[in-house]
Amino acid sequence: MSGASIRFAGVSAHYNGAAASGIDDVDLDVQPGEFIALVGPSGSGKSTLLRTVNRMVRIDRGRIELDGVDTATLDPVIMRRGIGYAIQAVGLFAHMDVAQNIAIVPSLLGWDRARINARVDEMLELVRLDPDRYRHRHPSELSGGEAQRIGVARALAAQPRTLLMDEPFGALDAIVRRTLQRELHEIVQRLGTTTLFVTHDVKEAQRLADRIVVLRAGRIEQAATPADVLARPQSDFVRELFSDE
Amino acid sequence: MSYLLAHPAHVIVLAAAHLALVAVALACAFAIALPTGLALARREGLSRVVLALLGALYTIPSLALLALLVEALGLGPVPIFVALVAYAQFVLVRNVLAGVRGVDPAQRDAAIGMGMSAAQRIVRVELPQAFPVILGGVRVAAVTMIALATLGGYVGAGGLGSLIFMGFTLHHNDEILAGSIAVCTLAIAVDASLRLLERLSRAH
Repeated sequence: MSGASIRFAGVSAHYNGAAASGIDDVDLDVQPGEFIALVGPSGSGKSTLLRTVNRMVRIDRGRIELDGVDTATLDPVIMRRGIGYAIQAVGLFAHMDVAQNIAIVPSLLGWDRARINARVDEMLELVRLDPDRYRHRHPSELSGGEAQRIGVARALAAQPRTLLMDEPFGALDAIVRRTLQRELHEIVQRLGTTTLFVTHDVKEAQRLADRIVVLRAGRIEQAATPADVLARPQSDFVRELFSDE
Repeated sequence: MSYLLAHPAHVIVLAAAHLALVAVALACAFAIALPTGLALARREGLSRVVLALLGALYTIPSLALLALLVEALGLGPVPIFVALVAYAQFVLVRNVLAGVRGVDPAQRDAAIGMGMSAAQRIVRVELPQAFPVILGGVRVAAVTMIALATLGGYVGAGGLGSLIFMGFTLHHNDEILAGSIAVCTLAIAVDASLRLLERLSRAH
């Protein structure tokens, strides 16, 4: 029973009381190594739900457990260093080079220089960028696809057991997106990283996810495998969401 | 020009004292403005009130403010020092605010999400990115303070102002000219060096 990597139990959260992008009474168990796609229209609360995990959003009710520990009992700053975090806008630090960006969490964790350097190269290879060519580039010298690869490398640098991604490929063109989807899928599968992935692209969700969680107005409408969501949509809402294109 | 040519060493000594007064006042002013600006960065309403107050302070005629300060603190370097620190606040706080608020929200979000504490976020992300804007404020403050510090000569604080006021009292235009040229040279030199530093810091 307690094997879940992330457990939401009766979780409610509201942005300053504005119900639009809040979440209500969410129950969900995410298994270790599972890839969960959170889908739903804008305002359905998918980003909010994602951000409750690392306490970027405060919850009003319920509890969230990470590997069996109630996150409310943890120091949020320390806890976040153990959770990978990647967002659509990437947010690479403009005054640091690629290596320094990837080294952020390892350096916050106090790794020594040699271990960090080795890790940076390893991560660049993981996201298929030549370390010698990219290590000392600045974010302004990267294409959108390269920047998001670095974003993924940075999120995974300290070997987190859990990875949170908020539409990481949303700003990329279709071809680059497909490539990065394939690579991400392979990487998290190899590393066994439990992943929560927000997207409004249902095709992306179907390609990547072990389980799709459909959100509507802050509540879970359906949580099932991609095949099940397609074959047995629980409501017209889900059917419509997945029939369009 | 003849005074400047006849007594270059004396002018240099006065210029050094002038610069020292400004440097110490600027350092103190910055030490107040930086934490003030950082604390106000997330407080929209309060920051507007504080900036309005500092702006009002900035518009008080310097001679009037100095007169009040001399009444309260007596003659010597203290009143001009206080006036310099007070005048610099507006520009410094405004630029710290502008610099920190100009940081890309995605970078701030990433910094929090990756587990930086508030202090680490400020030191590692916000200040390095706000640096050119903050430095711009320091430059403007420094030039203003160099001009303003001339009034120190009137209240016995020394510096290049003493040369100008002595010339004024004795009707020696030469000394007024020498003091003025020195103040301008100082201001232009400081402005140029800080501009250079600003450009270098923007390079990345």
